[in-house]
Parts: sequence; C-alpha cells; structure tokens
Amino acid sequence: MTVTLYVPRDAAALAVGADEVAAAIRAEAERRGVPLRLIRNGSRGMFWLEPLVEVATPAGRKAFGPVAPEDVPRLFEEGLTEGRGGLGLTEELPFLKQQQRFTFARCGVVDPLSLADYAAHDGWQGLRRALALAPADIVAEVTKSGLRGRGGAGFPTGIKWKTVLEAKAPRKFIVANADEGDSGTFADRMLMEGDPFLLIEGMIIAGLAVGAGKGYIYTRSEYPHAIDVTGAAIEIARSAGILGDNVLGSGRGFDLEIRVGAGAYVCGEETALLESIEGKRGQVRAKPPLPAHEGLFGQPTVINNVISLTSVPFILAKGAEAYAAVGFGRSRGTMPIQLAGNIRHGGLFEAGFGITLGQLVDEIGGGTASGRPVKAVQVGGPLGAYFPPALFDTPFDYEAFTKAGGLIGHGGVVVFDDSVQMARQARFAMDFCAIESCGKCTPCRIGSTRGVETLDRILAGTEVTKNVTLLEDLCETMKFGSLCALGGFTPYPVLSALHHFPDDFAGRPRAAAAE
Amino acid sequence: MQAAPDRSRLEEIITGFAGMEGATLPTLHAIQAAFGHIPEAAIQMIADAENRSRAEIHGVVSFYHDFREQSAGRCVLRLCRAEACQSMGVDALADRISGELGLDFGSTAADGSITLENVYCLGLCATAPAAMVNGKPIGRLTEARVEKLLREVAP
Repeated sequence: MTVTLYVPRDAAALAVGADEVAAAIRAEAERRGVPLRLIRNGSRGMFWLEPLVEVATPAGRKAFGPVAPEDVPRLFEEGLTEGRGGLGLTEELPFLKQQQRFTFARCGVVDPLSLADYAAHDGWQGLRRALALAPADIVAEVTKSGLRGRGGAGFPTGIKWKTVLEAKAPRKFIVANADEGDSGTFADRMLMEGDPFLLIEGMIIAGLAVGAGKGYIYTRSEYPHAIDVTGAAIEIARSAGILGDNVLGSGRGFDLEIRVGAGAYVCGEETALLESIEGKRGQVRAKPPLPAHEGLFGQPTVINNVISLTSVPFILAKGAEAYAAVGFGRSRGTMPIQLAGNIRHGGLFEAGFGITLGQLVDEIGGGTASGRPVKAVQVGGPLGAYFPPALFDTPFDYEAFTKAGGLIGHGGVVVFDDSVQMARQARFAMDFCAIESCGKCTPCRIGSTRGVETLDRILAGTEVTKNVTLLEDLCETMKFGSLCALGGFTPYPVLSALHHFPDDFAGRPRAAAAE
Repeated sequence: MQAAPDRSRLEEIITGFAGMEGATLPTLHAIQAAFGHIPEAAIQMIADAENRSRAEIHGVVSFYHDFREQSAGRCVLRLCRAEACQSMGVDALADRISGELGLDFGSTAADGSITLENVYCLGLCATAPAAMVNGKPIGRLTEARVEKLLREVAP
C-alpha cells in the first residue's frame, strides 16, 4: 500500500533541513521497497517542530518533529509509515487545537499547487458566491464582516472597497501588499508558500467587487520561495480558466502579475509601494489623494495587505456573520499572530482578537527559548512598541494596543529575554529608520540620524538627563512631522523602551521616568 | 570580473520588457540576474527605452539596496540583523563571522570569494537567527553551524 508522507516546502522548514529530510525519506523508502507518495506541503506554523513530517493514517495525519535526516531510518524502523511513535495526531497538538483557523485553514494541510486539493478543501466557494452577487453586495458583505486592514493600519476594508467601487475611471487595480518587512512577521510568506490560490481567490473577489480587471502582488526579493510558489500558482490558475478574460466561465475578466521589490523596507508603505511598481524610487506620496481615488498609474486602486485579501474568501463563503462572530470590541474576526524571536514555541497562531499578550507569550509560546525570564516583547514590527511583562494583560485588539501606547501592526510578536539592553534596542530602531528612510521628509531622514547620535550619547553616559529630554522632543517631532509610519512610528519602540525600562538608559533617575 | 558590458545582451533584455507598464524594476532585476550587477551602460539604455532621463533611472538604481554597481563575491552570505534574530544573539554571530574572515558586513573579500551583507528580515523569525547563503535559507544558526558554513564557503 502506498504511504503518503508530508514534508513542508515552506522556507522556514527548508532553513532547518526539510529538503535533506525529504531526500532521506525517499532514499529510505526505496531501500525498503515502500511505495511512497511524498507531498511537499506548506508549514502548519509550528516552527519549533520543523522539519515536521506527517504521515496519513486512517485516524488522521500524525506528526513527527523536529526530524533530522539521520533520524529517518530509525523512524521507519519504529513504524513511521503506520503512524507509530512521534507526537500523535497533528490536529490534536495543543498549539493547533487552540486556534481558529479561518484564513490559514488549508495552510500546511494541502499541496500548495494542487487545484484538486484546493477545491476539495472548500476552495473557490467564496469566489463562486461573489460571482453570483452584484459588486455593491460583495462590498456590503465585507463591510458587514468588520474586516480591518491586517497590514497594521486597521482601516475598514469594506469602506476602502466602496470608495474604489464608486470611483469612475477607465481602469482600476487591485494591489496585494506582500511587502512583509516587519521583523517577527511571516504570515504573508507562509500563505504565499502554503496556500497561494487563496490569495488569488481573494484578489479576484476584490476585482469583482470594485470593477478592477488587473491585480498586482508586490512582494519582497527576500522571499524567493514565496515568489516561486505564487508565480506557479498564477500560471496554473490561468491555464485552468480561473484567471484570464473569463473567470470560471463567468464572462468577467481578471488577471494577475507578481512584482518583486528590491530591498527597501519603506516600500511596504502603500504609496511608496505604488511608486515602486510604477518603476520609481520607493518614495512616499503625500495624501490626499488616497490610492482609492488616485492609486496605481493614477487610477483608483484597492491596496490591501495579503492577510486582508485572504480573509475575504472565508467571509464570502461562510458569511459575514460567521466571521464577525469572533473577535473583541471593534476588532472582528481572527488575526494570524506570529510568535517569534526568543520563544520556545514560535510559530503562527490564528485566533480571534481578544487573547492577551501574556497568554500568547507564556502559555502558547511557552516563554523564552533560552529559558531565561522574559524582559520585553516587541509587538508589530520595528515600528511597534516594546511591552514589559507588567502589560501582559493587554488584549490583542487594535484599540487596546493603541491605548497601551503601542500597535498590533501585522501581528508580529518578538520576545526578548533579560539579556537585552533596551537603550540599544531604541538605538536600533532609530538606526533602522535611518537606513530605510525614503528621504522625502526631514523628520524621518534627519531625525533618525540625530536619534542615533543622541542615543549613542545616552549609552555613553554623557549628559543623560539632557539627552533624554532631547530624545523625547525629537520623537515628538518625528511622530507628528513625518509623512508616513516609518518616521512617524519609530518613536513607539524608542519611547516605550525609555518609559518601560528607564534603568537601561544609564544614569536616568527612576522618578523622572515615571512622569 | 567586471567584463565589458555586452550591449546586445542588454538590448535584448530591455526590449523583452517593452510594453510592460512599470517595467523598470523587472528590467533591472533581469539585468542583475544576467550580469551580476547593473552595468553603467544599462542606465542610459533603460532611460532611452522608457523615455525617461538618465538621472531618473540612476535614482531608481541607487535607491534600492538590492541593485549592485559591482558583482558580489562567489558566495553571498546575507545575515538577518533585525529584532527577532537579535533576540537570539545574531549580533555576536555577526562579530564572529566578521572577525573570522577579517571582513565587514556590507563588503566583498578582496579575492572575490565572499560577500557579507546585512538583511532586515527573511521571514524566518521563529527559526532565528537566520541567514541566506547563495539563496538558500538557513535557520537556527549557531556558532558551530557558522563555523561549518565558513569552512565550506571560504576554506
């Protein structure tokens, strides 16, 4: 009987030896004369278990991990092919079982480039429903779901779509912002490598909703595997009549292209991204006009994060109510939270909004990988605030994080143990801003460099009180004077480090920090 | 290493993108894939093809970190220096690599054997510290793995 085994092709699995494990499995199966069907799936998102090998059994898929190539002969000996040994049923692993996977339901389960797998796991249902609806009704469904921009800004997706639907123009565009540059985030990458048809489906639905015939996926050159898999998926969808001038035989057209950035973090800012597709320097545009009015090539454009677009097929297929039933306050639906850095159980955890930071880090993440106490957690990428454990009761929710002086951003959570020096992290935030600034506005371009210099003086213990005041003043200028979030949000990591960890800013009296 | 640019090959690549909207970045990526860097001659040729100024194209090339004026070393080690990798000790690893090779990040060895680059996030943040060596992702880097890597790339 043919044995079906799964070894992920996700870049993070490859980074810890998945290809070598796959080769060892093929060799061992051949040596034993075991007929093998080896599927290269996406990742389940439990990265501490990667390479995670799964075997199909009558009871369900069973998990083995982390597997090294040299473990393979022993695993076969112990009954891997019958599912004996290992971690048990994959779906029963607590990390997966506690999740609500709406958007990542298929990721890690299916062969990412199998149309048959996609269709067999509820694929294209959202698109089929959208094809039967009037554009305004698709937009209404998305609005009703409460979906907000998953790139970080949290703007209601339905309102954005409505603006583009109502705009009159010869051409309109859908742009997927897959320029996932925040450290601690990998949700877009995982999805593009593990379930690329979902992004295609979400973008076609967006096109139908607003009357756009063309879409672009703008992603990073640092993501070669995501580019390959998504590019192949586009070809497959085109050959199958899903993309092209007659989407699923409906007579309506939509086509897609991937564009690859060139190592500029600021291109994740939507207007810089549009400039980049147009072949220009990735410099931020002043708003207004909004991209919804004048976006790509001057035409009305829906530009959404990958996770926003890939949340849409579920909303159309299962209904806005099913999506909105989950969540917290004004944050409806689920958020794929990415646990990263110095954490024992790092990975992707999709759950309804409202779970607390402490639950994420201590319970689900299992604390630090180093075994030392957690000192700080940065949420929302390099422009997100550092949280001390004292704020671990903060619920994952756009408004609650704003209230606590931070942001959820694209959902990345980076854990640091007590060996971290927070003034150095503040310096890095300024340095990163200086490296990545597009140079268009002065507070960001010059402010970040002055920030590095000021922090260097603080780190050296030079006139600390005076320089801390200067730093706070500089942050005020950057926050209110910058054109976009790069300069505008760099003060979040800097000031949160300063205010929550005053002892790390040498010589600074505690009393002054509490003000 | 810096052979005289093959104008007909450049012409062929640039013409291949004629008619594409916003062709500049795809054109530059294709040129760099073919030549290992962006030859000086390409800038005027792209400007002519796109009816833009030479300054504009130069501005694009110099804006993006990826585009090189000179080809990289035979091995390119891109080490992630962003926060998730910092939390797992990448800075100490970087110092070690630099010290071992006597080479700063952001530069290429004189013999052209290796280029060291900083990169800010490879999306491998739950298997940190992470790097990419000649396009191959590597996670959970340790000193031992780095030493093994260095022996392979720069014996």
